[in-house]
Amino acid sequence: MKIGAPKEIQPGEARVAMTPASVKDLAKLGHDSVVESGAGLAAGFTDDAYRAAGATVVDAAAGLWSQADVIAKVRPPTDEELDRLTADKTLISFFYPAQNGELLERAKATGATVVAMDMVPRISRAQKMDALSSMANIAGYRAVIEAGSNFGRFFTGQVTAAGKVPPAKVLVIGAGVAGLAAIGTATSLGAVTLAFDVRPEVAEQIESMGAEFVYLDFEDTQDSSSTGGYAAPSSPEFREKQLAKFRELAPDIDIVIATALIPGRDAPVLWTRDMVEAMKPGSVIVDLAAERGGNCELTQPDEKFVTENGVTIVGYTDFPSRMAAQASTLYATNIRHMLTDLTPGKDGVLKHDMEDDVIRGATVAHKGDVTWPPPKPKTQAIAAAPRKTAVKEPTPEERRANELAAFKAQTRSQVTLLAVGAALMLIVGAVAPESFMQHFIVFALACFVGFQVIWGVAHSLHTPLMAVTNAISGIVILGALLQIGSSNLLVVFLSVIGVLIATINIVGGFLVTRRMLAMFQKS
Amino acid sequence: MSTGLVSAAYIAAAILFILSLGGLRNQESAKRAIWYGIAGMALAVVATIFGPGVYNVLLILLAVAVGAWAGTSVARRVQMTEMPQLVAALHSFVGLAAVFIGLNAEIMLQSVAGFLAGNGYKTGGEWSEAGLAWLATPDGRAWYDGLTGFGQKLAMKDAVEIAILKVEVALGIFIGAVTFTGSIVAFGKLAGQIDGKPQKLPGGHVWNAGAALLSLILLIMFVNGAPIWTMILVTVLAGFVGWHLIMGIGGADMPVVVSMLNSYSGWAAAAIGFTLGNDLLIVTGALVGSSGAILSYIMCKAMNRSFVSVILGGFGGTTGPAMAVEGEMVPIDADGVAALLEDADSVIIVPGYGMAVAQAQASVAELTRKLRAEGKNVRFGIHPVAGRLPGHMNVLLAEAKVPYDIVLEMDEINDDFPQTDVAIVIGSNDIVNPAAQDDPNSPIAGMPVLEVWKAKTVIVSKRGQGTGYSGIENPLFYKENTRMFYGDAKKSLDQLLPKLA
Repeated sequence: MKIGAPKEIQPGEARVAMTPASVKDLAKLGHDSVVESGAGLAAGFTDDAYRAAGATVVDAAAGLWSQADVIAKVRPPTDEELDRLTADKTLISFFYPAQNGELLERAKATGATVVAMDMVPRISRAQKMDALSSMANIAGYRAVIEAGSNFGRFFTGQVTAAGKVPPAKVLVIGAGVAGLAAIGTATSLGAVTLAFDVRPEVAEQIESMGAEFVYLDFEDTQDSSSTGGYAAPSSPEFREKQLAKFRELAPDIDIVIATALIPGRDAPVLWTRDMVEAMKPGSVIVDLAAERGGNCELTQPDEKFVTENGVTIVGYTDFPSRMAAQASTLYATNIRHMLTDLTPGKDGVLKHDMEDDVIRGATVAHKGDVTWPPPKPKTQAIAAAPRKTAVKEPTPEERRANELAAFKAQTRSQVTLLAVGAALMLIVGAVAPESFMQHFIVFALACFVGFQVIWGVAHSLHTPLMAVTNAISGIVILGALLQIGSSNLLVVFLSVIGVLIATINIVGGFLVTRRMLAMFQKS
Repeated sequence: MSTGLVSAAYIAAAILFILSLGGLRNQESAKRAIWYGIAGMALAVVATIFGPGVYNVLLILLAVAVGAWAGTSVARRVQMTEMPQLVAALHSFVGLAAVFIGLNAEIMLQSVAGFLAGNGYKTGGEWSEAGLAWLATPDGRAWYDGLTGFGQKLAMKDAVEIAILKVEVALGIFIGAVTFTGSIVAFGKLAGQIDGKPQKLPGGHVWNAGAALLSLILLIMFVNGAPIWTMILVTVLAGFVGWHLIMGIGGADMPVVVSMLNSYSGWAAAAIGFTLGNDLLIVTGALVGSSGAILSYIMCKAMNRSFVSVILGGFGGTTGPAMAVEGEMVPIDADGVAALLEDADSVIIVPGYGMAVAQAQASVAELTRKLRAEGKNVRFGIHPVAGRLPGHMNVLLAEAKVPYDIVLEMDEINDDFPQTDVAIVIGSNDIVNPAAQDDPNSPIAGMPVLEVWKAKTVIVSKRGQGTGYSGIENPLFYKENTRMFYGDAKKSLDQLLPKLA
């Protein structure tokens, strides 16, 4: 099959769906690649680079659309592009079927198969083709860089000869993929990072990235496992609490990175006008939700402006495109993984298996039908979080009381054991003759010594320990030696065998232990 | 050599044995400690042979020579993966020797006591006036001096002491016979000559209890003067108990079985020591016995099972249906593993019995060398019950020249998984099963496990999709960050190695 990547038509879009590296990988699947001349230029990939990787470069979009069997692109198709789509072709791109109903109808009418990269279900097997995540990751990173370039101070705190610099305080709202990427970038630049999310189960992820989770004391919190890991709208009471918390934080925060989105809805307004007004001059707000109305009340999509009190609000919607080389590399890899799943035989033949959860979920139009929304996937996206019961930290008094109780219990059991042991000894001593008791003392002491000594043996030396105890239990040879002089031939015979096998034990045991111990080497 | 000198040698030997065991505290002192053990043993044997009351020295030297030759050739030839079998086989020897010595003791007792009673020198087990007078004559003296060391002790025992002696003989024979047949079965199972699955006669432990009870009755008869056939019958019954008991235990419980038999062999030696009135035997037997007991305890603790439940065999005690496992197994190929390892900074490898079965330790060591050469932090996490012998994995890795300072115990390494990029699970299953922590209904609930799933990525090298020995589903394989690297461990690793730079 021929896979084609046209040049993106949308103004300002610098990404491309195929890179020279992915051309090589596609060849391993048995696919030929076609690229429109200049398609990768904005992302830094020249036509020559594509040719060198084995792709055919065609001059015009029309030629590419007619030659290629599969068209891979970034942005949803324009009307003009849809006109070029025919029934035998497959289109792979972002599509946003929920927002683009009309476009979907038109795509259906062509009879072509349309795979929407934004509809890849969120299951672990599909992570490698989850383009939303890979783009969100870039957006989160870029948002911090963008904030930094508009922020007049250091991120990291420093003590210099010219004075002390406090670290920047960054608040990340929404800890999805973009939010976590932003947290990672901000903390690695040295900023003090706070993060908020309505899903309490992400607290662990936030903390693992080095940020502090902003806790809200609220009873009925969300469990996102039912919504495929995305946030759901929250109750008005919760929202009030949340805004109150933000209002409290606003005067201290230097940089806000807002990434809160709810699938299929406008972005929730979480950073209101009064919060912006409460911020210090020179602060920066980067609103990654700008395309869907913005988390900040004042955000202007695709604009950067400074408010009256000197707060810069960045509302760009094309963060991934601003890092076109990186974004194209990741997106092309996502596309390549999608094609890997579509080409199970690795023979260049597309097999559109509508039984497969991932392919079924991402396909929005197939053979003249609209196949969106897909049925619920067979495998659930994320396992339901077990309801955690809060473990109460014991107070110091309680802990001390527990320790004391444990100590007392231990003392009691030890004393009981000793008492029982002593009583048994007395009973034995009362009936047994002195000659027996002498040996018995030796035996009891040897057991104690054994227990004390063996506890100290390293776990890694347990096998040598067994081998060496094997060897020294060959000491039974003494018994046979003491009997071998008997005048009874049967006794002599049994003793000889006893000596023989005990010797095997002694010699074999010691030698094998020595062999083992010699193997242990330090690096 | 006088009796005093022999005793001095025994004291020295006992101290050397204790030092030898204590030296196993770490790898370096262990290399010295083994020589203490050898010296102690040599001292004890030489002192005994040249001590009073030992005859047939030529015969002894012959038997020692043959035994030493056999022991040397076995020790030279044994593969490190075969250590569990070897240890089990050696246990059986101790058991058998204990049985022989016990029977000998009874035969000798009868011959000495018979002679004395027949001449009226002893009546009712006590020396008579005539007897004491005879003993003082040159004739009596010569008779006494002609006895073996053990025979002299027998001649001097009174009635109560002889009754105690008989109990000791019976105990020595019983424990020895259980150890003997039990170790043979364990050897067969570990060597793969007997099916490793637990097998029992219909009726199960009723047979064992019956045999033990019968042995007790025979013991009472024996103490009350019944002849030697009671002891031969006890040998047979105890042999049955050992066989049936170990047949009923299998697979992952083998470490407990082997250390339990280790303990028994020690107690058998101690019982023989009581019979012979030999303190060195008692001390050594007690040392070995307590060592085996502690090992069994550690193994049981590591499986969160009681000793009794292991002996009774099989997993059990679930209280409800196991948690349903969600998700799917995601396979990965050698290229994928290589890429993951290239990107990783820290790697923890968790080996299990599967590594020993596939003889993959050399490949694992090679992988370790390559990764370490690239400056990655590679370590091993060893669960106490990994393998079929306590500490088995450590020996296998040492054999493959993996430095021991990167081979860590479960408790030492468990906290480090969250900071680890890749955890590689090779041939282990239950010891990395998260159900032990998450699912209170799991048969292994509460068992301490290596928390590999906390690493960023887990690679599981496994032959197929089946469950492990215990038959418990392992949710680890279905985790989001787990990748299944199917195939024989050695073959998979050998595929992987050339792909690493």
